[in-house]
Amino acid sequence: MDLTRRELLDKTVKWILLTGAAATAWDYVLAGKAEASPNYDMTKHWWAMVIDVDKCIGCGNCVRACAEENDVPEGFFRTWIERFHVEDWHSDRPQVDSPNGGYDGFADKHQSGKNFFVPKLCNHCADSPCVQVCPVGATFRTPDGVVLIDEKYCLGCRYCIQACPYGCRFLNPKKNTADKCTLCYHRITKGLTTACCEACPTQARVLADLKNPKDPVHEFLRTHNVQVLKPHMATGAKVFYNNLDGSVR
Amino acid sequence: MHRKVNCIPSRCMKEFFHSTEHLVRVAILLLLGIGAFLLIRRAVVPADFGKYGHFRPAAMDDVSARPITFAGREVCEACHSDHAEVKAKGKHAGLGCEACHGPLARHAEDPASIVPKLPDTAVLCARCHEANSAKPKGFPQVVTAEHSAGLPCNTCHQPHSPQIDKEKIGGEKIGGE
Repeated sequence: MDLTRRELLDKTVKWILLTGAAATAWDYVLAGKAEASPNYDMTKHWWAMVIDVDKCIGCGNCVRACAEENDVPEGFFRTWIERFHVEDWHSDRPQVDSPNGGYDGFADKHQSGKNFFVPKLCNHCADSPCVQVCPVGATFRTPDGVVLIDEKYCLGCRYCIQACPYGCRFLNPKKNTADKCTLCYHRITKGLTTACCEACPTQARVLADLKNPKDPVHEFLRTHNVQVLKPHMATGAKVFYNNLDGSVR
Repeated sequence: MHRKVNCIPSRCMKEFFHSTEHLVRVAILLLLGIGAFLLIRRAVVPADFGKYGHFRPAAMDDVSARPITFAGREVCEACHSDHAEVKAKGKHAGLGCEACHGPLARHAEDPASIVPKLPDTAVLCARCHEANSAKPKGFPQVVTAEHSAGLPCNTCHQPHSPQIDKEKIGGEKIGGE
């Protein structure tokens, strides 16, 4: 075909204008979806949890409550309880067991050494490795400090499951997406506490809002011997354990 | 290709365009491609992606849209204030109602048609109070087989305020635990 300069310029300009016009039109089409705005200001919260190891009785209420509240598939756990058995002569090599994640409680087992329960869940790290490795932006930290999973974006590639130093994630066999504790985001955004904290009979675990100056967590953190798990990994973990034994990993 | 050494400018340009027609076609295809990419990107990626970080903000709404199953103790106490008063005076004051009675948000929404079952105290109390070496030393524990020989705990105890219930055993209050 014969194309003069005039024709070429003419066509080019038309294409650029058409593309721009179509893009603008699409903006109008998409503008209908406004962000749902519940009665909750996420800039005013920074969620965490405090776990008092001295109070945990290993009853499994938290594990069962979590499964009920979040429809966790059988054999998988968003929160679970570990029993530590530490002999005096081998204090850095604890024996850990967690039969069915502590769902059915624990049968009495050890008669010697130091024995205690450690409840575990997602640490909702401020600088989380799982968020860093997600290739599609399906795992993210919300502005109020909760690490969540976008089930519509998750490909099920399992990078995050490998990246979590605490073993908190699993692949949901029903949805084939990564799954883990949401810190009951559907509850805390409505002003309720998490299901595990609601069901805990001894207040061994308590939800805390670090941005709320009236939250008793500040006093607790100041006056107790509080640690996070694997502090050397600098994940910014926000599940604080009171009086944690040195053998706990 | 140019073969002529001398040419009139206008004619020369005409020949130049004629000989570069293939380049123009590619340029048009490229522009079409860029346009299509921009259109698809706009259609597929939400407009607010990246507002708070590398994620879709609507995903937070997806997660928080989940219905609750545990109503919370304040909701229970609004109707069952009689039990709440007894509980507040006893050793079980710190317990949430649903720690023993199970998740009952549906009952709170529709108290008439969804009636919760009373838990079996022989099973329920043992979950917490069965003796275990890993439990904290100060926590009240019993070996249920020796303590009650399989009788339900509420034969003697009142679960909301778990001392020996003198009305139940027909005598004086014996012990605190």
